[in-house]
Amino acid sequence: MIERTPILNIVTHLILLSGLILMIFPMYLVLVAASLDLKDVSAIPPKMFPGDQLWVNMGVAWEKAKFGEKFLNTFIVAFGVVVGKIVLACITAFGIVFFDHRLRMPIFWAVFITLMLPLEVRIVPTYAVAANALQPFQVFMDVTGLTWAINAVTGIEVALEWNLLNSYTGLIMPLVATATGTFLYRQFFLTIPDELVEAAKMDGAGPVRFLREILVPLSVTNIAALATIMFVYSWNQYLWPLLVITDQSYGMVAVELGRLVPKITSTGGEVAKWNIAMAGTLIVMVPPILVVIFMQRWFVRGLINTDK
Amino acid sequence: MKRAVFKNNWVAALMVAPQLLIIFVFFYWPTSQAMYWAFTLEQPWGGGNTWVGFDNFAAILFDDLYWYSVQVSVVYAIGATVLSVGMALILAVFVDRQLRGFKAYKIGMIWPYAIAAPAVGLAFRFIFNPGAGIMLYLNDAFPGAWDPNGNGTHAMIMVIVAGAWKQIAYNFIFFLAGLQSIPRSLLEAGAMDGARVLRRMRDIQLPLLAPTFFFVLVINITDSFTDSFGIVDTMTGGGPARATNLMVYKIFNDGFQGLDYSGAAAQSIILMFLVVALTVVQFRYIERKVHYT
Repeated sequence: MIERTPILNIVTHLILLSGLILMIFPMYLVLVAASLDLKDVSAIPPKMFPGDQLWVNMGVAWEKAKFGEKFLNTFIVAFGVVVGKIVLACITAFGIVFFDHRLRMPIFWAVFITLMLPLEVRIVPTYAVAANALQPFQVFMDVTGLTWAINAVTGIEVALEWNLLNSYTGLIMPLVATATGTFLYRQFFLTIPDELVEAAKMDGAGPVRFLREILVPLSVTNIAALATIMFVYSWNQYLWPLLVITDQSYGMVAVELGRLVPKITSTGGEVAKWNIAMAGTLIVMVPPILVVIFMQRWFVRGLINTDK
Repeated sequence: MKRAVFKNNWVAALMVAPQLLIIFVFFYWPTSQAMYWAFTLEQPWGGGNTWVGFDNFAAILFDDLYWYSVQVSVVYAIGATVLSVGMALILAVFVDRQLRGFKAYKIGMIWPYAIAAPAVGLAFRFIFNPGAGIMLYLNDAFPGAWDPNGNGTHAMIMVIVAGAWKQIAYNFIFFLAGLQSIPRSLLEAGAMDGARVLRRMRDIQLPLLAPTFFFVLVINITDSFTDSFGIVDTMTGGGPARATNLMVYKIFNDGFQGLDYSGAAAQSIILMFLVVALTVVQFRYIERKVHYT
């Protein structure tokens, strides 16, 4: 604060308070609705204070959506994406930054371009790949005549197939296949002073040892940031699991939310149980919100470095 | 730039191989498949795809429904972006004054980043539901005043508000970071020259925030084309009468409900070009930012 501005300070607080209300009030309404019984949800005038049905409604929502198994699935997928991303991004950035080979820039660009097209825009063909992840290699062999050659020599018809629909692998892989984390690491690796590398070499450390004993311990804050971002990202996945998962025992929480109330377009006579739906929404929202609040310091810096 | 490096290139190859393999299978292959499908048409009784050139694109570009979807997407993009960028900018500028309670305000604006699009969609669908809560009250007083299930404009307003609300936290994070990277000495120098708080905001902070502003603007527009699926699907299902049938939603519908892969692929290609074009614009501004500092 440079000068005394009592009036402007009051105005500032008023603006910020209305901002806070804007952020919190919608979710407060959700909480209120989640704590009422069905009759009170549509009462006139609307109830503005929570009732006593919150735990009951949450219990019903938990049962109805089978959140027990959905939470487990979502945790598994989130864990897979977080770990896969942290490891892959780290070693890729390492391979790009600390080696001098001719393919360095082409690889850099090949990874970089994946930032441009989010999964949603290429959803249809990605789904086809998930139905058979080995299809690219099959086509490659067909085109090069390898299939024919193998068939002619051994009499075996090569038909590669690896179906990823309804599997954790199918959920995780396409979410890992982007450049987000690679750039976070790359930016950081570029700030590592040359002397450190020279010193490590002088002491006889090879590249793998350098990575394990110097780079990884130095990038702990990066890892924390990336883990937070990827956890929120995978926890909130909606479109991809909606497509890949038809067997509900692999379902994820965000998709299940969409099923708690009948679709607006559906013609069935089912009544929307808003109190149950809002209780379910609360349940699904809690884990990522906790993660973001606890990891706030690291995650904010990481987000800015990742996306820029 | 010459850096100290390791000589063992086999290790390097092993390090980058897994990532390259994954992005080949799940990024480059699908993207090229989309190209292939967009220019071919699958035969109804098998027998592979036949080359049809630009027919699929022509079919889309002469389709009024497609143009309607484009129009709806543009309205959504502008509405949601203006609302969320505007709100986030105002909040960030005032939070940056760092008055008492600064940290609490900051967390209070950041946490909604964690909420999933379908959760936001469902919450706002309830809040704007004409049959329950506040809107029921409104409709009770003025019958027919609010009807997002039948009135396309109302549905669009509802979707825009939800989409903008979800995006505020993200934008706020970037604006606040941008503001905090402005050296305090500049503001102090301004104060010495007699500029009051609002004058300093207008003449020092906002101009220096311009690069961040453009970056956030482009990210928001791109996101509104891609990330809106969860919100539309839980709130309106593209209706009523296609009034909220955004481009991503139409691709999903044509491809997976209508099983028109070629049409959906051609639409994907157009959307891809749009997103890539926006990203290129974004990089140009980021480049400019480097010259600023």
